[in-house]
Amino acid sequence: MRDVAVVSFVQAPSVRRDPARNEVEILMPVVSAALEQSGIPLRDIGFTVSGSCDYLAGQPFAFVMGLDAIGAWPPIEESHVEMDGAWALYEAWIRLQEGDIDSALIYCFGKSSMGELPEVMSMQLDPYYLTPLWPDAISMAALQARAMLDFGSHDEREMASVAARSRRDAASNPNAHLSGDFDVDVLLKEPYLVSPLRKHDCPPISDGAAAIVLVAGDKAREICERPAWIRGIDHRVEAHQLGSRDLTVSSSTALAAEQAGGRGGAFDVVELHAPFTHQELILLDALSLSNGARVNPSGGALGANPMMAAGLIRIGEAAQRIMDGSAARALAHATSGPCLQQNLVCVLEGE
Amino acid sequence: MELCGVIGIGQTKHDTARTDVSIAGLVREAALRALEDAGLTWSDIEAVVLGKAPDMFEGMMMPELYLADALGAVGKPLLRVHTAGSVGGSTAVVAAHHVQSGRFKRVLTVAYEKQSESNAMWALAPKIPFQQPIVAGAGGYFAPHIREYIRRSGAPSDIGIKVALKDRLNALKNPFAHLRMEGITLEQVAASPVLWDPIRFLECCPSSDGACAMVLASEDVATRNEPAWVLGTAVRSEPLGMAGRDEINPRAGRDCAEAVYAQAGIKDPRNDIDCVEMYVPFSWYEPMWLENLGFTEIGTGWRLTEDGVTALDGDLPVNMSGGVLSSNPIGASGMLRFAEAALQVRGRAGEHQVDGARIGLGHAYGGGSQFFAMWVVSGEKP
Repeated sequence: MRDVAVVSFVQAPSVRRDPARNEVEILMPVVSAALEQSGIPLRDIGFTVSGSCDYLAGQPFAFVMGLDAIGAWPPIEESHVEMDGAWALYEAWIRLQEGDIDSALIYCFGKSSMGELPEVMSMQLDPYYLTPLWPDAISMAALQARAMLDFGSHDEREMASVAARSRRDAASNPNAHLSGDFDVDVLLKEPYLVSPLRKHDCPPISDGAAAIVLVAGDKAREICERPAWIRGIDHRVEAHQLGSRDLTVSSSTALAAEQAGGRGGAFDVVELHAPFTHQELILLDALSLSNGARVNPSGGALGANPMMAAGLIRIGEAAQRIMDGSAARALAHATSGPCLQQNLVCVLEGE
Repeated sequence: MELCGVIGIGQTKHDTARTDVSIAGLVREAALRALEDAGLTWSDIEAVVLGKAPDMFEGMMMPELYLADALGAVGKPLLRVHTAGSVGGSTAVVAAHHVQSGRFKRVLTVAYEKQSESNAMWALAPKIPFQQPIVAGAGGYFAPHIREYIRRSGAPSDIGIKVALKDRLNALKNPFAHLRMEGITLEQVAASPVLWDPIRFLECCPSSDGACAMVLASEDVATRNEPAWVLGTAVRSEPLGMAGRDEINPRAGRDCAEAVYAQAGIKDPRNDIDCVEMYVPFSWYEPMWLENLGFTEIGTGWRLTEDGVTALDGDLPVNMSGGVLSSNPIGASGMLRFAEAALQVRGRAGEHQVDGARIGLGHAYGGGSQFFAMWVVSGEKP
C-alpha cells in the first residue's frame, strides 16, 4: 500500500439554511482555502474528484457547476461520485495507489434546505416497492431504533446520552449549528417525534461543503508538519430492503473496519457519521473498539449534517486532530442509505 | 501500476422500452452475461463500480443503494460514478483503476439507463433561477456547435447523412442494437425532418433502455481468459461556462487523447489504431471527434467519412456496433463504446468484427462537450 495522507481539510460552517448562496457559492471558498492550505495550485493537483447529489439541489448535473467554480482550466483529470464525499476520497485514494500522481483534491457539497429532506430521501429507496409508500428518513430510522430497543442491546437513556454529549461538544465546534447543554433526564421527558425517536435523537438539516487534499509519500511531509496518514480504508454495502437485514447490528461497518485494520483497535479519536443517536450505539458495537476513545468530539452529524459532506467531514475532523497533534490514531466513518445500509471506515495515524 | 484485462463483456438488448424487466432486472441481464463470458460467478467478484447519468432520468436518487442486491454487491465495496454523458466510459476507467491500483483482482463494472421510466429531455431542462436554461435537450444544445463546425471546415452538407446511414447499416449486424432499419437509404435519411438545423431526425440517437457490464481482472486472472488488455485510460474535464472555450474542438478532448495515446505507446493514431468506437449522438460528431482525437488534420475529418475510411471495411472503421446513433441508454452509452473496442480486439464482435483488429479506442464524452473518457485496448499483452 502506498502511503497517502490528508494534508489539508476545510469545511464551510454548516447552517440550517443558506438562502443567499447556491451550492457553488458555498463550495468555492472551501476549495480555495483547502488548496491554499496545501500550497498546491489546482493545475498541479493530479486528480480531482467530488461528491454531490442532484436530488438535493433539484436539478440534473449539479456537479457540473462545481467544476466551473473550481476553474478546471487547463482541463483536469476529474471524476464525480453521486455519493458522500467520503466515497470520493476512497476513489482518490485508489487512484493515488498507482504511483503516477502524487496529489488529489476531494470536494463535496449539499444544500439540504432546498426541499423537504426526510421526504426527498424516500427517493433513494426501491422505486417499485418502497418509494411509492413514501417512508420518510426519520420513520425508517425509527424502525431501526425500535428494533434495537426491542432486541435490548441499548436503551433510550443511552440514546439521550449520545444526544446530550454530542450537542455539548458541538458548542465548541464553530462549524456545527445545533448545540446546547441538555440534561438527559429532561430530554427523556420530551414527547416522541416518531416513536421511539425524540427530536433530540435526530440530526439537524444542514447546508454545507467540505474539501480535503490528499498527498502521497514524502511530499506530504514537506507540505504538512504532521500529515494524517491513511493506514486503511474500506467500504461495504448491505442489502437494501430493511426486511432482509438485521437492523440492530451493522455488519458492513464491522467488515469495513476489519478490512481497514480498525476493528477492535485502540484510538484516541473516533468520528462516526451517525445521523441518529441509536446509530452511534450500533456503530460502536460493530467496531468493538478496545479502549475509551473520544467519540465525535466535533459533535458529529447530530451537530451538523450537510448531506453529501457529513461523511467526508468525519474524515476531515479525525485528520485535523492528528494534524494539530492532539491525537495519534483516529478512526473515521461515513454512511449512506437508509438505516446504515452502506458504510466506510478510514483509519488515520500520525507518523 | 498493475496490468488490467477485460475478461467479461455483456450487454442487454437495447430497446425503446424494456417493459419486460425492472431496473434491477436490466442491470442483472448485462451483468450475468459479463460473468458468463468471464467464466465467473457473483462470489468471485470483489468490488462493483456502477455508473449512470442523472438520477432524474429515472426519478431515483442514488440508485446504487436499491441495486446493491441485484448487482451481487452485498458485503462488497460498491461505488457509484456520475460524470454526465461520459459516465459509462469514466465508470470503466474507475473500475480499471481498482485493478491497476493492485487492490482488487476481479471487479464488475455496470452502467445503465432505463429512459422509458421518465423523459430525459425534460429531466435535462428544469428552470433554475439565475441559470441559463438548456430547455430543448441535447439536440438543441449541440446543433449550433455542428453549424459552426460546418462553417469552419467547409464540409459538404451531406456528411451527417452519410454517417447516419453507415451507423444504421452497421447496427443491422449487431443483434443488441436498438434501432434496426432494414433497407434504409441515403434518401430516407435526407428526407427525414430537420429537428434542430442541421440535425435531421434520422441523424439523431434514440432514447433507449439498456445496460452494459464488464469484468475487469488483474494480470494473473486475466491471462487465462483471452482478455482485451487495457493499454491506457484517461479522463479530462473542463468548465462548461468559460468564455473563449472552443466547444467545437475542446481542449479536454485533445488532452485526454494525448494522455491515453502516451500511456498506450501510440505515436500515430491513424496508423496504430485499428478501429474506433466513439460517442456520436448526432451524426456530425463523427468528423468532429476524428479531428479532436488527432486522426486527421483540423478541418478534414469529414473527408474520412466521405472517402469511406470510417466504414466497417474501411481503413479506420468507426462505430462498428452502430454506435450511439443506434442504441442510446445514456448512462451505458459510454461503456458500450469501451466494451465494443474490447470485443473487437478479442475478435468476438461477430458480424461487425473488423478483420485483424489488434488495437481499439473506446471514447465517450458528456456535458457541454466538456467531460471526456477514453481507453485503448489490445488483444496482445503489453
